[in-house]
Amino acid sequence: MKEKLINTSEWDTVIESKHSLFDINFKELWHYRDLLVLFVKRDFVTVYKQTILGPLWFFIQPLLTTITFTVIFGNVAQLSTDGAPKLIFYMAGITLWNYFSTCLTTVSGVFNANAGIFGKVYFPRLIMPLTIVISNLMKFGVQFLLFICFVVYYSMNNQITPNSWMLLTPIIIILMALISMGIGLILSSMTTKYKDLNQLISFGIQLFMYATPVIYPSSSVPENFKWVLDWNPLVALFDYMRFAYMGIGTFNMYDLLYPTIFSIVILMIGILVFNKTQKTFMDTV
Amino acid sequence: MSKVVIKAENISKQYRLGLVGTGTVKDDMKRLWYKLRGQEDPFLKVGEANDRSKKGDSDYVWSLKDINFEINQGDSVGIIGRNGAGKSTLLKILSQVTQPTTGKIYTKGRIASLLEVGTGFHPELTGRENIFLNGAILGMRKHEITRKLDEIIAFSGVERYIDTPVKRYSSGMYVRLAFAVAAHLESEILIVDEVLAVGDADFQKKCLGKMNDVSKGEGRTILFVSHNMSAVKNLCNKGIVLDKGSTLFSGDVNKSLEFYLSSLNNSFFENPKINVDIKESKGPKILKCEIKSGVNNNLSSFYDAGDFLQVSLSIKPDMNETREYSVVWFIYNLADEEVAVCSSWKMNNKSFNSLDTEIKFKIDTLGLLTGEYYLRFVLHVPGDVNFEDWNNAINFKIVQHDINKTGFEYTSIWNPKTFLKTEWL
Repeated sequence: MKEKLINTSEWDTVIESKHSLFDINFKELWHYRDLLVLFVKRDFVTVYKQTILGPLWFFIQPLLTTITFTVIFGNVAQLSTDGAPKLIFYMAGITLWNYFSTCLTTVSGVFNANAGIFGKVYFPRLIMPLTIVISNLMKFGVQFLLFICFVVYYSMNNQITPNSWMLLTPIIIILMALISMGIGLILSSMTTKYKDLNQLISFGIQLFMYATPVIYPSSSVPENFKWVLDWNPLVALFDYMRFAYMGIGTFNMYDLLYPTIFSIVILMIGILVFNKTQKTFMDTV
Repeated sequence: MSKVVIKAENISKQYRLGLVGTGTVKDDMKRLWYKLRGQEDPFLKVGEANDRSKKGDSDYVWSLKDINFEINQGDSVGIIGRNGAGKSTLLKILSQVTQPTTGKIYTKGRIASLLEVGTGFHPELTGRENIFLNGAILGMRKHEITRKLDEIIAFSGVERYIDTPVKRYSSGMYVRLAFAVAAHLESEILIVDEVLAVGDADFQKKCLGKMNDVSKGEGRTILFVSHNMSAVKNLCNKGIVLDKGSTLFSGDVNKSLEFYLSSLNNSFFENPKINVDIKESKGPKILKCEIKSGVNNNLSSFYDAGDFLQVSLSIKPDMNETREYSVVWFIYNLADEEVAVCSSWKMNNKSFNSLDTEIKFKIDTLGLLTGEYYLRFVLHVPGDVNFEDWNNAINFKIVQHDINKTGFEYTSIWNPKTFLKTEWL
């Protein structure tokens, strides 16, 4: 038989075991963009099928949590809200935090949750985490609308003073999405092999919540714990929410520098790790 | 000369046995340590051929070992082999669900794989919504699906339920819809695992017909895994025989089938197995069945065509049963197709009663082509009751079909299933 040197360029796909770390096929990802849209639609449509209240649950859930937090942390524990009305203060924190924590936990379990479909058909696996982040963004959007209604109500009563910083909101949300996806992707590759991590993540995310000014303002943190907030990239995002919509606390553009750099770096690491895991996870999941 | 569209070089796949997840940290550390020193992965050296029945020494096995093949455009290739031969692993690697441990596969053109029908179907979504979702999962763009929507719905034959959530579908409708989507993929290479096992005979035929159109009419390449030998024979023109992770044979489909079937008989024919399937508690029962050669009167499983099969059935009679009964035998080939039949009642109005403890008859095997067969016996009162039904009662093999020693043989790999003695006038 004639030995011929194989010219890689004449083939469309090469399936092999060794891949360079940066071998991410963005062209392919783009080809599957319709799938992303359909998945997001599926997630959105199917959650509340066969429920009586339907999409109303998107509002009821955060509202109930807000009321619970207002009663427990505001009225019983008497935590400071920097002078803002309790309800709106907790709602700002919870809406943003819910988005972050849901994205992070769902993305980190993406391989296990989709093992069935991943094991039977190939499509760029990155579609799945993207779906999670985007479909949660839709839910977040709905909840954010509710939040805006309360902001309008309270500002008409002159209890809070929203300002033009509000226009920056999309950037804040994108940062939130990138950070949660980045961390989620890194964890996802570990949970496939070591399932113990699933237990740790639910605990870790609670811990993370207390290290983030969700239910308290950053100003109330004692001096000897300030270093925690300095390291936490989410702090600026929560401070922003209170500053822009309620006019409390402090915030300036430089505060966004650290979260921005952090989100880009963590997302890049996340994608690289995820890309490496996706090729073999079927054998270890 | 046609273009090569798939080229596999030294494909191997290693799996870890036992509980994955325990002890892996240790192995991972060892791997890392070897990697840091620039050495090869230590676990790639261990591992043994994939033989289920033997207890191995190593925790690692090779599910595939050094597989090489080339597939040309327009070929339809049947991948055959026993359970655990590595067929599905190979398809998984080809569909990029998992990657090979070593080796490379080069492919040209879009690959669509159907390892399962209805992957990603969401029960709450309607049939129409699921067509879009499933199509997109399989790699179709939305406008492609929209263009083919009517065709897909028509092929599936579930028009009436298309706007109903698929959780309300019967399993047959579900499969029909799912296959319809896959059948309309515009990919150059189609990979199909044993998905046709589901669905009724009518639909299976439709699927095979569609796949035939795809490969012969549209010049696309098909890889097909099935245990249904006649489907492979009808659909494919090439075959690859796998056993314990290595390629035993690759080439023409008829030769592959022949090779596969003959590789089976080592384990299959030395001691004829008996499956008992009793439907009726009363009436006569078969205790034992034996086949002897008409040539030398010895127990045997191997015959030349034209030899007589002397069958004897030991019967335990039921004294309370007064009805007379008859005996029917069937001969099946390995593709589970009925090849021949004879009933004592039809043949010469022979029937048996509670005094018979042994039933003997001889079968002329001249009509059978070379190949493997098995016998099934039924004791019944025609049009009334089945006393006994021994399916797969005993196996035998026609070793050669060459009565006049011409060196030319009729084999069961051919499409005809029987030979009829003919007198040329």
